[in-house]
Amino acid sequence: MISFSRIAAVFIKELVQMRRDRPTFAIMIMVPVMQLALFGFAINTDPRHLPAAVELRDDGPLTRSFLSSLKQSTYVDIIDIVHSDAEGEELLRSGKVNFLIVIPENFETEFVRGQKPEILIAADASDPVAAGGVVGAIGEIARRAFAPELDRLPAKLRGGAPPYNVVIHRQYNPEGVTAFNIVPGLLGVILTMTMTMITSIALTRERERGTYEALLSTPVRPLEIMIGKTTPYIIVGAIQTSIILLAARYVFHIPFTGDPAAFLLVISVFILTNLMLGYLISTVAKTQMQAMQMTFFIFLPSILLSGFMFPFRAMPSWARAIGEAIPNTHFLRMVREIMLKGAGLPDIIGDLGPLLLILLVLAGIALMRFQRTLD
Amino acid sequence: MSCEPVIDVRGLTKSFGDKTVVDHFDLKVPRGSIYGFLGPNGSGKTTTIRMVCGLLKPDEGEGTCLGYDVLHESVKIKSNVGYMTQRFSLYEDLSIRENLEFFSRLYGLDNMRRRVNDAIASLGLEGRARQLAGSLSGGWKQRLALAACMIHEPQLLLLDEPTAGVDPKARRDFWDTIRAYAREGVTTLVSTHYMDEAVQCDRIAYIAYGKKLLDAPTAEIPARLGLHAFKIDNGDLEKLSAALKGAPGVEILARFGASIHVCGKDREKLAAAVGRIRGEPGVRVTEIEAGLEEAFIYLMTESDDNFSVEESAA
Ligand SMILES: Nc1ncnc2c1ncn2[C@@H]1O[C@H](COP(=O)(O)OP(=O)(O)OP(=O)(O)O)[C@@H](O)[C@H]1O
Ligand SMILES: [Mg+2]
Repeated sequence: MISFSRIAAVFIKELVQMRRDRPTFAIMIMVPVMQLALFGFAINTDPRHLPAAVELRDDGPLTRSFLSSLKQSTYVDIIDIVHSDAEGEELLRSGKVNFLIVIPENFETEFVRGQKPEILIAADASDPVAAGGVVGAIGEIARRAFAPELDRLPAKLRGGAPPYNVVIHRQYNPEGVTAFNIVPGLLGVILTMTMTMITSIALTRERERGTYEALLSTPVRPLEIMIGKTTPYIIVGAIQTSIILLAARYVFHIPFTGDPAAFLLVISVFILTNLMLGYLISTVAKTQMQAMQMTFFIFLPSILLSGFMFPFRAMPSWARAIGEAIPNTHFLRMVREIMLKGAGLPDIIGDLGPLLLILLVLAGIALMRFQRTLD
Repeated sequence: MSCEPVIDVRGLTKSFGDKTVVDHFDLKVPRGSIYGFLGPNGSGKTTTIRMVCGLLKPDEGEGTCLGYDVLHESVKIKSNVGYMTQRFSLYEDLSIRENLEFFSRLYGLDNMRRRVNDAIASLGLEGRARQLAGSLSGGWKQRLALAACMIHEPQLLLLDEPTAGVDPKARRDFWDTIRAYAREGVTTLVSTHYMDEAVQCDRIAYIAYGKKLLDAPTAEIPARLGLHAFKIDNGDLEKLSAALKGAPGVEILARFGASIHVCGKDREKLAAAVGRIRGEPGVRVTEIEAGLEEAFIYLMTESDDNFSVEESAA
């Protein structure tokens, strides 16, 4: 009973209206560009000269060589040397330093004996980007520092694994969200905001302009209106996604390691879910103003509780429970899995299922709420 | 089948909040007729029309429209009705052609291009088909809206003040079209505030405060009300109006061009009232037959005690 002609009627009409509404269209395209630029500048992906403290429990040529190598790397500036745990912890906690480098007792002796002493790097990962650079570089810094020493070691200690361990403790942000995580996250946030907003006024605008009465006086069905009104914006979502992906690749040099087909599926379901969410709002909102307010009401938890802003596992359980009902939560996990960890479809089923469920529930409620009359 | 009324509704009632806007409204509209729907502002005309075509759910009442149940078969009703809304409800950011195409597609029409071209041609808008509907003048918007609601050649036209703001020539054309449709069997229910349009209707239903006060063939309405009228011209009309206003027997007093019409149900009292001014210099008084316009002015002033009118009209 669904008529393709009627869906096409609504679809074509929306496309024409979208094309005529240049400012809105421009905003839809500008939002991702601006967000990326903003985050791109704000996130210095290669931060240098971060304050660090060294907790010296041992001293000797190896230690000094390591410390000077650290300084040369320009990643950190050693602003303090302490000799006890308490002092070091305090510096890190108060935020005076981003890193605390602990050279353990008997480091030098254990090193030459091949007992693999541990250098501990405690990083304040509450600023994950700041921590990321050093954490990434520390292995190389240590290797360079100890290279001349290694040459002097007995042959049995050369080759193979280095005779020391660098242990990194990320504190305050155990998931260690990095810039790599933020750009895919932005994709979810931007799509949530723009897709929801654009359809949240889909029906509200018709109601406000009085065109709703003419529309309803025709035999068009609620499902046909819904399909016809949301599909044009899939195109907009696809454009936004392309912009962000291109920026991720060429501006932020984020590798795309996973399965593109899985990504396409995930992104489609996610865009549809947000369009449905917006459409549901538009069946409720009386005015465009109300629709905007409801969109923002939904937008905030999508940022705060989805794992975009704060690491999901570090949130209290009630917040996680809410988070599980937010489309962005599942999307973020899947996109990070696919883009950064090389996941394919089987790896993400656990999040795709819930997202599909949310989509169906939203569409169902929107259809039920749709008024065929003007009451 | 053909004698079955196109609209047949009984007891339609609709309230918004605690205000009953349409109160047990009955209507039977025979096929091929032009049915006028009159009443003061806010009397419930638009609300009634919306209930008839399934855009509002009646709180009470039942009936059929084009043989379909108004409560449960609104989709079928909508496919066969052309409803022109009182407020302009086409898309202002679509062109004339795009609007017409949109509605053609919604009705699933074949030969869309031809129909749209014909509609544009009959509007005389060939050169402006790409103009945005929002940039049309008020009268042209009305004419476009009318064309849009007729694009699927419906069996029933529900027109809510279709000619508001339309110039006299276009209104004439519009009524010629409606009559031509009626000859082909298309039924029209049209609400209007214009008397020159009311007289063109076969029958008129008059509503006030949500209640139907009168439902009769147009020609019989003045007689049904039992109105008597006198026409007064020449003389100082301002002074004469002041003298007659409120005089016993003068129930309405209205200016018609260069004359005054006074009407009332009690001919004796009315004659006595005008008798008193007969002597004034230059004044000419003639008894006339009360027309439709007097009838409706009378109805609108009397709407408060509507039950008495309803009985006398029944
Ligand atoms: N959706 C609504 N909510 C609340 N009140 C309404 C609604 N629609 C109409 N009304 C009220 O119902 C009454 C009748 O309105 P309606 O539009 O049917 O009158 P009308 O006869 O068409 O008037 P007009 O000649 O001015 O067009 C008015 O008092 C109006 O305020
Ligand atoms: Mg009205």
